[in-house]
Amino acid sequence: MSLWNKHAIFEKNSIILSVGILIVVAIGGLVEIGPLFYLKNTIETVGGVRPYTPLELEGRDIYVREGCYLCHSQMIRALRDEVERYGHYSLAAESKYDHPFQWGSKRTGPDIARIGGKYSDDWHRAHLNNPRAVVPGSVMPRYGFLADSPLDYRHVREKMKVLRVEGVPYTDEDIAQADADIKAQSSPDDTAAVDALDKRYPKAVAHAALGGAATPTEQDAVVAYLQMLGTTVDFKLYDEKANWR
Amino acid sequence: MVDHKHQDIDAATGTATTGHEWDGIKELNTPLPKWWLYVLYACMIWSVGYWILYPAIPLPGGETKGILGWSMRGAVTQDLADLQADRAPMVNELNKSTLQQIASDPKLAEFARAYGHSAFGVNCAPCHGANGQGSKGYPNLTADRWLWGGSLDQISATITHGARYGDPDGHQGDMPAWGAQGLSKQQIDDVANYVYSLSHKTTEDVSAGKKVFADNCTPCHGADAKGNPDMGAPNLTTRIWLYGGDKADLVQTITYGRGGHMPAWGAKLDPATIKSLTVYVHSLGGGQ
Ligand code: HEC
Ligand code: HEC
Ligand code: HEC
Repeated sequence: MSLWNKHAIFEKNSIILSVGILIVVAIGGLVEIGPLFYLKNTIETVGGVRPYTPLELEGRDIYVREGCYLCHSQMIRALRDEVERYGHYSLAAESKYDHPFQWGSKRTGPDIARIGGKYSDDWHRAHLNNPRAVVPGSVMPRYGFLADSPLDYRHVREKMKVLRVEGVPYTDEDIAQADADIKAQSSPDDTAAVDALDKRYPKAVAHAALGGAATPTEQDAVVAYLQMLGTTVDFKLYDEKANWR
Repeated sequence: MVDHKHQDIDAATGTATTGHEWDGIKELNTPLPKWWLYVLYACMIWSVGYWILYPAIPLPGGETKGILGWSMRGAVTQDLADLQADRAPMVNELNKSTLQQIASDPKLAEFARAYGHSAFGVNCAPCHGANGQGSKGYPNLTADRWLWGGSLDQISATITHGARYGDPDGHQGDMPAWGAQGLSKQQIDDVANYVYSLSHKTTEDVSAGKKVFADNCTPCHGADAKGNPDMGAPNLTTRIWLYGGDKADLVQTITYGRGGHMPAWGAKLDPATIKSLTVYVHSLGGGQ
């Protein structure tokens, strides 16, 4: 009986087959996932990447809740045409505080990894309310209700604490100041509060909130999130060659 | 299990059976076609070549680099450099020439328009429309009715520094919200009627509005209401409107002001792209 006929034992016994599958998949996983934890070059060393501000974090949760990722990727691949269209390819470091990341692979709409700052807040609001008002042929659904829903951020501290367990470096002060930071980011005219926010979260941009600083709307949070995407890394300081892989 | 020594050969096909039999029906043990198996083995051997040539095996000290020294990011950097080299002859011309020279040289202008058109689709179309026709709040770039002026240099300045977008060299200055600036509802209504009458035939008496206009609006929009590109104040005598031209829209605009935000592109796009965009926008029909 040759070696090649030994597989019959797997084919005839479902328990042995299951154990066999488990072992094969475990080896695959070990080889593919394991090294990511110890190889130093998995996550590039770049300056600027920071955790989400509480308002952006809430916006991100709404992004996930509404399933925006089903039509939008946040991963500019290292391919010529993508870099030409969307800007510098995404770095692993840029999603190191994402739990879970929003890379996605479905592009019914464009990639939005670097959408931050590209359009005005007004445009995002008009577009979320009714995409066809600004882009006539768009198939994106309307999200007008976000503008009518006050943002419920009662649980933002708990969320930050959980993220801290997952490795996001929120300090005790960040967590204690979460509510104040949400208000600060919703009131660009309150320069003292915005400065305090900026110390904790460099490059955070404050956005005049529809709902006012005390109760920003869900739309305000989504806009704050969209407007920071891809803006934190200063590519002038990024050592391109050292991170070739 | 197949007992190869005492194989049961199916008489009709000549193929070995698995030895299973149900009510006289036997299960054939047809082997995989030989060609298929050999292709599979060949692929396995082929893959070894990849492990040697390309980055492959993660080891404790780092992954194997592969003898070709290839990397995904290196490759895209090279692709982009090649692309730039391809475009270099024309792009260098663009960089060297003034906007006026580009616009007057047919070959250069044609390249600039094509280059500008593609950059427009990616960066500008979501606001200004696919053909620059604009929409409410986003100016029509195809008509000779400009906020900030329609000469090549003025268009270039607007694209580079934007309007009300945080760039210190960008266009600043809002139209006041007249509702909060001392005009009464009645006065706003009157002046809206007057503005409406500038582009529509009307038999109504608009002299009250004309006075409000003369007292408040002329510093920016001009005595003839034809606008002033230094202030970003548009011509109010045409039927092209940024924020809508019916009475309700006019009242809304005058009461609350608007202050549109045009992003500054100087830091995002390179000079040749901005020049091309300028020539493209200028060629859409409204260029001065
Ligand atoms: C059914 C698919 C679909 C869903 C779901 C969807 N979008 Fe879109 N989105 C599109 C399409 C298609 C476009 C391109 C046309 C346009 O600009 O409207 C787009 C464009 C955009 C743009 C502009 C991108 C650019 O570069 O011009 C943004 C920002 C955006 N979407 C945000 C969102 C957000 C936030 C959500 C969730 C609240 C969302 N989208 C959900 C399909 C979708
Ligand atoms: C976020 C939306 C947005 C995007 C994207 C955008 N613009 Fe604009 N643009 C505007 C708005 C709003 C104005 C009007 C500014 C004002 O009210 O003063 C404007 C004004 C202009 C003007 C001046 C028009 C005039 O009447 O003087 C030009 C020229 C222009 N844009 C070109 C471009 C080009 C070229 C691009 C792409 C590189 C672009 N815009 C991208 C929103 C946008
Ligand atoms: C300080 C300068 C300034 C003054 C004074 C001023 N405007 Fe304006 N006006 C502007 C600017 C700038 C815009 C363009 C706003 C924008 O781009 O968002 C504008 C836009 C408008 C528009 C909108 C045009 C359109 O296409 O939708 C109307 C209508 C208008 N002004 C009427 C008036 C009236 C009536 C008065 C006097 C009561 C007045 N303006 C006084 C600067 C001024």
